[in-house]
Amino acid sequence: MTVSLTIENLSAHYGTTQVLKDLSISVAAGELVSLLGSSGCGKTTTLRIVAGFLQPTAGRVRLGDRDLTTLPAHARDIGLVFQNYALFPHLTVLDNVAFGLKQRTIAKPDRVKRAMAMLERVGLAPLADRLPSALSGGQKQRVALARALVIEPPLLMFDEPLSNLDAKLRIDMRVEIRQLQRANGTTSLYVTHDQEEAFSISDRVAIMNAGRILQLDTPEMLYRKPANAFVARFVGFENLIRMKVTGRDGAVVTAEAIGGTKLHLSQDVFGAIKDDFVLASRADGLTVRRDGEGIPATLGTRTYLGRAYQYKCQTAAGEITANGALSDPLEAGTRAMLTPVPEQCCILDPED
Amino acid sequence: MPTRIHPVLGAFAALVFLFLLAPLVIIIGASLSDTTYLTFPPQGLSLRWFANIFQIEAFRRTAITSLQVAFLGTGLSLLIGIPAAYALNRYRVELPRWLSTLFVLPILVPEIVFGFSLLKSITIAAGLPVFPSLILGHALLVLPYSVRVVGASLASFDFSIEEAAMSLGCPPLKTFMTVVLPNIQAGVIAAFILAFITSINDVSVSVFLTGPGISTLPIQILAHMEQFFDPTIASVSVLLMLVTVGVMAIVEATLGLTFLTK
Ligand SMILES: Nc1ncnc2c1ncn2[C@@H]1O[C@H](COP(=O)(O)OP(=O)(O)O)[C@@H](O)[C@H]1O
Ligand SMILES: [Mg+2]
Repeated sequence: MTVSLTIENLSAHYGTTQVLKDLSISVAAGELVSLLGSSGCGKTTTLRIVAGFLQPTAGRVRLGDRDLTTLPAHARDIGLVFQNYALFPHLTVLDNVAFGLKQRTIAKPDRVKRAMAMLERVGLAPLADRLPSALSGGQKQRVALARALVIEPPLLMFDEPLSNLDAKLRIDMRVEIRQLQRANGTTSLYVTHDQEEAFSISDRVAIMNAGRILQLDTPEMLYRKPANAFVARFVGFENLIRMKVTGRDGAVVTAEAIGGTKLHLSQDVFGAIKDDFVLASRADGLTVRRDGEGIPATLGTRTYLGRAYQYKCQTAAGEITANGALSDPLEAGTRAMLTPVPEQCCILDPED
Repeated sequence: MPTRIHPVLGAFAALVFLFLLAPLVIIIGASLSDTTYLTFPPQGLSLRWFANIFQIEAFRRTAITSLQVAFLGTGLSLLIGIPAAYALNRYRVELPRWLSTLFVLPILVPEIVFGFSLLKSITIAAGLPVFPSLILGHALLVLPYSVRVVGASLASFDFSIEEAAMSLGCPPLKTFMTVVLPNIQAGVIAAFILAFITSINDVSVSVFLTGPGISTLPIQILAHMEQFFDPTIASVSVLLMLVTVGVMAIVEATLGLTFLTK
């Protein structure tokens, strides 16, 4: 049975400081949603509230048709995987995995059978009798995973489960986690500060900052159509240029920025453009040309990327990174125009 | 290459050991003396003064009282100390600093003052009979050991395993018993032993709390010495030492002594 998770208007405080601000997320049945944000933005706090270790100051948590908000942690039936594994040091691998089944008063033979079957699935059956202290980091996290999965919870939550592992293992483990999650169809909430990890493992990603969700979307949409300047910067839109509309002619908008920039942008491509907006792009969203329409710039350092040259450019709107054709390398100091590639750019509201 | 010990350091260490061990050697020697008065080196060898201990009813009675008080007092101190140590570590951030100091106060206050204040409060003000006030007094005396030693093992305890247990369906109290306690077991045993030994050897608190008909072994030793100056005192002291050493030996055999210093 798969169910959806609904987090509604959550607020949380530590003392007088508010760490979650009216936070809402819904995770569809069987879906894996990641919370992605820098350290201290409130990811763990969100998870701890859903798990029942922390009481929110406002808001509700629902799992399917059950309201969890006031339920004690042990009655919530949620599988948790911690960053530091949190294995029981005094119990063997097998007993660690069987712990949750024991709480459900499942008879010992059945308990052992199910725990062993789960250890088999994570490839640790031969280590069943070891104590956690005799395991490597990757093995520990597999035990933690098996321990959370074996109780067949309607919801799985992961708090930066891979951040203590080395790079190679991180990639193996995230594939493994994704496969197990898919196979069981368990609704999951996954916390990480690693963008690549979040994008590769999730159906949808919630980008968090300072206790708020800034955008909850598929990795593709986040990557191509960030909803605001913060998310844009987060996914690598390094050039943000503030512009003002000076003329409208049908779908085409004439917009200007300081320093003589004048662009014609089609609302058929960008959607409705407000009078005051930000044009956001990565380096490959602006093409360096000798002339034509665009942002006037003085070229600085040139870097060879293989598929293009990348230039650091000085403009009236500040330093901008743009790519230029391999066929026409330009020297530092050259005056040039930076022309937006519409499909690679997006239009955002100004931050303030 | 084996590490060399500097000769001066070696000599110093030897002196310290000599200083620590000499009184023990003297007492053991005196306890084996065949004379009717305390003397060292012993003259003649005999175990009669050890036998004499068991003839003296007061020693038997007070030894039993001492054991009862040590067991019950230490038990009571752990009953208070374990939850206190747990709370102090679990809610370290939330709780005020001075609270942890509160539990070590009995160590900071001179024992004589502590004993006297116990007399004033539990025996005189609260009017508690001798035996319960002895237990209560000893429990308070050894409480700092319970809180500190159990606390030390909780300091390195990873509280997230508690949350793991609860997320797997284990209620809080059961989590404490099945997940927290087994992992601080060594600390609890260490606390018990330290507290037990402190209690069984205590004079300054007991001297205020013992009363008519009820006394502890160390107090009885003092009382005996005021009247008789025979080697019984030495032999009973040796016996008390043997109990302490015995407890330590059990610890060493089962857990290894190093965990006391960990
Ligand atoms: N127990 C606590 N007491 C006070 N502040 C806390 C506590 N735990 C976390 N915080 C603060 O709350 C904010 C969010 O923390 P957290 O949810 O752990 O962030 P994340 O998991 O995203 O790194 C941070 O600013 C952090 O300093
Ligand atoms: Mg965190």
